[in-house]
Amino acid sequence: MNAPLLEVEGLRTHFFTRAGVVKAVDGVSFALAPGEILGLVGESGSGKSVTGFSLLGLIDPPGRIVDGSVRLEGEELVGMPTRALRRLRGRRIAMVFQDPMMTLNPVLSIGTQMSLAIRAHDAVSDKAARERSAAVLARVGIPDARARLDAFPHEFSGGMRQRVAIAIAMAHSPAVIVADEPTTALDVSIQAQILFEMRELARESGTALVWISHDLATVSSLAERILVMYAGRIVEEGATATVLRDPRHPYTRGLLDSLPATAEPGRPLNQIPGTTPSLLALPPGCPFAPRCAHASGSCREDPPRRAAAGRAYRCHHPLERVA
Amino acid sequence: MAGYVIQRCLQAVVVMFVMSVIVFVGVYAIGNPMEVLIPLDAPQDVRELIIARFGLDRPLWEQYLVFIGNVAQGDFGRSFVYATPVLDLILSRLPATLELTLAAVFGATFIGVPLGIWAGYRPDAVSSKTIMGLSILGFSVPTFWVGLILILTFAVSLGWLPAGGRGPTVTVFGIEWSFLTPEGLSHLLLPAVNLSLFKLAMMIRLARAGTREVLLTDTIKFARAAGLSEGTIVMRHVLKLIAVPIVTVFGLELGSTLAFAVVTETIFSWPGLGKLIIDSITSLDRPVMVAYLILVALLFVTINLVIDLTYAALDPRISRGAAS
Repeated sequence: MNAPLLEVEGLRTHFFTRAGVVKAVDGVSFALAPGEILGLVGESGSGKSVTGFSLLGLIDPPGRIVDGSVRLEGEELVGMPTRALRRLRGRRIAMVFQDPMMTLNPVLSIGTQMSLAIRAHDAVSDKAARERSAAVLARVGIPDARARLDAFPHEFSGGMRQRVAIAIAMAHSPAVIVADEPTTALDVSIQAQILFEMRELARESGTALVWISHDLATVSSLAERILVMYAGRIVEEGATATVLRDPRHPYTRGLLDSLPATAEPGRPLNQIPGTTPSLLALPPGCPFAPRCAHASGSCREDPPRRAAAGRAYRCHHPLERVA
Repeated sequence: MAGYVIQRCLQAVVVMFVMSVIVFVGVYAIGNPMEVLIPLDAPQDVRELIIARFGLDRPLWEQYLVFIGNVAQGDFGRSFVYATPVLDLILSRLPATLELTLAAVFGATFIGVPLGIWAGYRPDAVSSKTIMGLSILGFSVPTFWVGLILILTFAVSLGWLPAGGRGPTVTVFGIEWSFLTPEGLSHLLLPAVNLSLFKLAMMIRLARAGTREVLLTDTIKFARAAGLSEGTIVMRHVLKLIAVPIVTVFGLELGSTLAFAVVTETIFSWPGLGKLIIDSITSLDRPVMVAYLILVALLFVTINLVIDLTYAALDPRISRGAAS
């Protein structure tokens, strides 16, 4: 494995609300190699999006990164002065959001928004910025890119808008792009296209991707390695194929069993009983224990992280390997 | 777009027609001007002669039709009191009010919007809380009182600025303006400040609310993720996103201040339209009232049309939506 491009260690992002402290991210560690595609999977409220935003230092009050470290190309981002962090955002580490209807500014033309992103880091003329914008838009598959620079977001379909957002993220060929469910808000037919295109773009430019999704099926078709998140922690990680074939954590098993593709037609889908716990007052021990069929008394204590041969999990009662 | 403008113009014609009827009937209901104008001891035949000369002996609908016919030829009638054409009277007072209003509304906007954006951008800063506290004061303290205090402080006690009147004027394009001489400007300052305080408070609150809302959106988060500087985000993204309500209030304030700056003009003896309409109401000078109110309606219709066209320029979704 190459020297890690992005190293996250013991990341804790908490939200200090009136009702109490929400530990949205509570001790997340992982590493990302150059050009790698990493899937970050979990239910709504598992802290996967907050993890993504934390990587770019984009946590708004009352949230705050309280502990841990994020190192990008050897540089520590946590606690970095805002100015220095801004110079990295969009240039070395970029992000694509979930809903392209909400991310682009409805009252600025596509060309203006692209130019703003380009000129945020490169002192180039307006004309040069437009040239580059057109080139990047063409790269993400927008036909007749030059003519469409003067168009506004509402004149684009959802898929096209997401392509524009991807173009903005790719404008400076960053080392890492954090993609926060970028296909969730799109039509299924468009989802596959965007997925394929992003993988190709990342491969061409050597950009590493952190692909955040609740959709195990999507991630499995894309990511080389996946992290499964639950209640602000990573409960299982490993090569995608291994984790899918041979999950050790009961939660991962539950996610796999609830996939529609694995269900028999006409039968109700399997589901994990209960709901994700409130992160406000998490009891000590394994947060999944109340929903887990294998839980025992020992689950009241924090399960240690067990790592071996490129994969790891946090469970007192790991599932047996399928032979 | 052209179809949209034509449709709006047709609407405007209907509004103006309805407005003219309401104004005519309303002013007729206020009272009989002849009782004020004709001396009580005038003989009956003189009295009837005068009433007939003003056409007030005819039924209301006939008076209205004559009025509309004259207006169509650009004649709004003559003032009962001044015996001059009403339109000339109004136009002679317009520049004074225009410069006072423009100074007040533009001042309030160009100072209020940046302050409001700041207060929305840094809601917890002491400076922001101070701004918001003062804006509540601007809302709640009555204009006439502030005017008197301003005069008391800056004209009477400190003697820095004149207490009233327009001061010397300079004639440009046949119109007299105060703001072109230092002396005239000093006369303009206090009434303009007095008139703008309420609008300033409103602009601050509007800009703050808009900014706070916009800052929470994914649009701004995405711009930050792309590494845009905070200055660029505020100037290019936020300002344009909050522009629509600000332009609306700007237009409406411009119209209502032009028409009804009465209190300030009275306190500072500013010879503008507000004083004219108050005087015409006390003397029941019907032609002035009618013409004034109809011109005010026309003013609002025009301003609203301009606002709508500005929306289209500010938010591309509106124009294309209207066209399709």
